[in-house]
Amino acid sequence: MSPRAGLAAALAFLLLAVLLALGVGRFPLSPLDLARALWAGLTGTPSGLPPATGAVLFQVRGPRVLAALLVGAGLAAAGTAFQGLFRNPLVSPDLLGASSGAALGAVAGILLGLPILGIEALSFAGGLGAVAVVYAIGATLRGGDAVLTLVLTGIVVGSLLGAGIGLAKYLADPYNQLPAITFWLLGSLAGIGLGDLLPLALAVLAGTALLLALRWRMNAMSLPDEEARALGVPTGVLRAAIVVGATLVTAASVAAAGIVGWVGLVVPHLARLLVGPSFPRLLPTAALLGGGFLLLIDTLARTMAPVEVPLGILTAVVGTPFFIALLARTRGGWS
Amino acid sequence: MSGIPGAPSRRTLLIGAAALAAGGARAAPATLRDATGRDLPVPAAVARVFPAGPPAAILLYTLAPDLLLGWPRALRPDERALLLPEIAARPEIGRLTGRGNTANLESVLALAPDLILDAGSTSETYLSLARRVEAQTGVPYALLDGALARTPETYRVLGRLLRREAAGEDRAAAAQQILDRVATRVATVPAERRPRVYAALGPRGLQTGRGGAINVESLDLVGARNVAGEASGGLATVSVEQVLAWDPDAIVATDARFAAGLRGDPAWASLRAVREDRVHLAPHLPFGWLESPPSVNRLLGLLWLGHCLYPNLFPEDLAAETRAFHARFYGRPIDAAEAARILAGQG
Repeated sequence: MSPRAGLAAALAFLLLAVLLALGVGRFPLSPLDLARALWAGLTGTPSGLPPATGAVLFQVRGPRVLAALLVGAGLAAAGTAFQGLFRNPLVSPDLLGASSGAALGAVAGILLGLPILGIEALSFAGGLGAVAVVYAIGATLRGGDAVLTLVLTGIVVGSLLGAGIGLAKYLADPYNQLPAITFWLLGSLAGIGLGDLLPLALAVLAGTALLLALRWRMNAMSLPDEEARALGVPTGVLRAAIVVGATLVTAASVAAAGIVGWVGLVVPHLARLLVGPSFPRLLPTAALLGGGFLLLIDTLARTMAPVEVPLGILTAVVGTPFFIALLARTRGGWS
Repeated sequence: MSGIPGAPSRRTLLIGAAALAAGGARAAPATLRDATGRDLPVPAAVARVFPAGPPAAILLYTLAPDLLLGWPRALRPDERALLLPEIAARPEIGRLTGRGNTANLESVLALAPDLILDAGSTSETYLSLARRVEAQTGVPYALLDGALARTPETYRVLGRLLRREAAGEDRAAAAQQILDRVATRVATVPAERRPRVYAALGPRGLQTGRGGAINVESLDLVGARNVAGEASGGLATVSVEQVLAWDPDAIVATDARFAAGLRGDPAWASLRAVREDRVHLAPHLPFGWLESPPSVNRLLGLLWLGHCLYPNLFPEDLAAETRAFHARFYGRPIDAAEAARILAGQG
């Protein structure tokens, strides 16, 4: 498939996913009701439908669809950028501790009994803080391979944060806080409302826009640092900017949706299969595919059963065979 | 959890199989039979009891507060203010069962308990844990049934075990009276008139208990139809959309902030139960009235729930009921202002 056709296919996939997601759910909404409610919402005229219909579309299902698109697109873009930055196909956006930091922040918020927005804010701050610490340590330990130092620091700090999460679970009240923490860590968009959407959108769009703006320079990352610098690419600045963009996206996603794995790992591979490894085309394709992919998974999560299926579990169940199939298809080659 | 139809017969379990040499002779020494078939003599005088978890601590406090060695977790000031000051101030000793042990067996032994008391699920998991702790510590371990409907029997057994038969009988009779009162009134309501209720648990109100979950045991006892109870299971997360699809007649919430924000949240505000003002915030002092922890504190919650769901069937003055319950079960009378505060879910 030509790169242009691949990008078009990704866009079509996303639009189809949106149509499907808006049309199905636990609350029965006929396509006609859906169209009427949409029309009424857009024109500001009364729809004549029961109030719950409008509420489902504009307060529940709509925000949730947007949140899934944002989180999926952001994580896929961040994963694509990270896989290029670290020259490793097994990297996902949580490599530098953004997820663990955000998770610890949220768990601390639950433990402190903060209101929901407070939990989300603390979570976002935790994700940014964790990566800032990792980056600072990596920068202090100069010498040797800068990228490898960063990866190792990320792994070490991430596991320390994991221990912090474990401690918080241990201290939690087993009747209220522990289930809340457990459900939160499994990932879910069940609670997303309009109020959560704005901060999520701001952070994810800012981070994704930064990554997209850098995509013209990203191809140079496959070269050794000296060669890239000889071509006039400021590798240190580029690396820092990519980390900032990916961290904004990942921390905001985890703050809003809990830990959603696999999207940032699998979708970049799928996008490379569609449009090849060149970043100017690859990054927007991955973002579109990621948005559609997570939206489909979340649609499954909210329609399969009366109770929610945790998102993190579904992405793993869907992502694992998918990834193995990709490996078989590409024979491990990913350049 | 308990109360599952078809479960093995729910004799009170003390180390495996039942246990107390009951019989008419009141002074007969009670024995505990452990799983290996040994008959352990119940200590002639039980003076120090280690509660294995919050449900056991509350059960014991309401019957024999002086025997309670400490609390699984230290009480908060607002909880402490409603209980006997000297007992409420006892130290934090961790939990032995439930989800995750925080008590250290050596610390348990250092407290030199005559008895370890647990109340709650009598599943194999807890039985084996009881046996193991008993083998390691040499302290008799009594596991009582924590099902709300079996509270009277549990009180009687505990009374015999602690040689406090009169107090056990008193609490048992009071518990039976509440259970019977609720059951007979609810029995008059035809099935199709019973309210469909959504239990909104957790900070977002999106956790709920499915059929058979201990968190919503009270709903069954007051004859409410739990909208999430069609499938059995424990705690689960649902979406607002699913709640809108269920369209419950009433909502029972446990988080004050969540309940207060419902009207201002457009997604929830379109619900019939919210529009018609049938959202009930469960009081939480000194212990949760609906759940958390699932112990005898839920008895008073049954009356409250009945009053919320069937105002005509439950004409009694809840404040007076609350004061009577506190005086009898928590051993510390409260005044009208305190009762009103508790009922309002404040504090």
